[in-house]
Amino acid sequence: MTMANFSTLDRRAAVKSLLRDRKDLLVVTGLGSPTYDVFAAGEHPGNFYLWGAMGGAAMVGLGLALAQPKRPVLVLTGDGEQLMGLGNLLTVAVSKPTNLTIAVLDNGHFGETGMQLSHSGYGAKLEQIAEGAGFKSVHKISDLAGIDAYRPRLQDLTRGPHFVKINIAPGNPPRALPPRDGSYVKNRFRQNLDLPVN
Amino acid sequence: MNIPSLEKRLTGQRDWPLDIFNTLKRFDVSQVSYVPDAGHSRLIKLAHADNDIRTTVLTTEEEGVALCAGAWLGGNRSVLLMQSSGVGNCVNMFSLLKSCRIPFLTLVTMRGEWSEFNPWQIPMGKATPAAFEIMGITVMRINSPEEAAETVESAATLAFDGDQQVAILISQRMLGKKEWVK
Repeated sequence: MTMANFSTLDRRAAVKSLLRDRKDLLVVTGLGSPTYDVFAAGEHPGNFYLWGAMGGAAMVGLGLALAQPKRPVLVLTGDGEQLMGLGNLLTVAVSKPTNLTIAVLDNGHFGETGMQLSHSGYGAKLEQIAEGAGFKSVHKISDLAGIDAYRPRLQDLTRGPHFVKINIAPGNPPRALPPRDGSYVKNRFRQNLDLPVN
Repeated sequence: MNIPSLEKRLTGQRDWPLDIFNTLKRFDVSQVSYVPDAGHSRLIKLAHADNDIRTTVLTTEEEGVALCAGAWLGGNRSVLLMQSSGVGNCVNMFSLLKSCRIPFLTLVTMRGEWSEFNPWQIPMGKATPAAFEIMGITVMRINSPEEAAETVESAATLAFDGDQQVAILISQRMLGKKEWVK
């Protein structure tokens, strides 16, 4: 079996840096570590944390981006979550939401379930799959300088959708657990957008 | 697929897809997503032709469930169109709607129940109501073209005002038998 070379980039440092000075950015997180990473970077009512719905993060982001074309939207998820919903990448590429970025934290493993190698750990290239799906803006990052250079693109409203793969080191940092009550997080998210709570 | 023959079959009866479309418009539905079905073809065309509706083609039905959730988070009302064969694909994703109590409306064209000649359509067709119900989703049905507008109105109220998840099954009897030989 062929394994990809794994990065040494710390996921918490990468996410904290990516979300620095986020302004109007709305963030949807894929279940597992990306949810913890985003919460650890700083609680925010513009965060929507998924604790399940594996394979659905990018589609939640798409529905949100279409509904809120004047706000930049970031989906931050992991390789395992994105691999379960690869069709999402085709659907997003066809829909062309110009204000959406899909960022995949790729450590090549299923970190929540015992660090089994994922398909990207076995060598699959998510950025090539995104390109093949039709994304015109595809990037790969493997250090903090790359995060710094990429950050302004998260504010873009007109040239998306963007896809970025962030190679991170395997390993589970201490858990940082955001609220698990989906109704609460939903209502908070909508209130933050001045939408009525039903 | 033999869409022309189905569309021909629909002429002469009430234009129920238009009734559904107009009702969805009245309820301010601004996003539609779908995995195609011949029975939904007119509604899909109407949605694509409307500049105030964002219409999204999906690779699999569960994508539409997550899309509806995102639309609601952003203040849009969204409807998912699919055929009964796709309902099982959605079951785990329905957790998202239940966990977050997100309004949800789907219109499902039925296969496998009335004059079905393809045995492969029958298991999921038979299981469709139960597949929704095990996840706590309310199931309603349109049996005749005349019921379409009223049923969609009732379901949209229940979903978007009553914070419920609702599936409307459109009977295969009403869609007409799929004809494979001209």
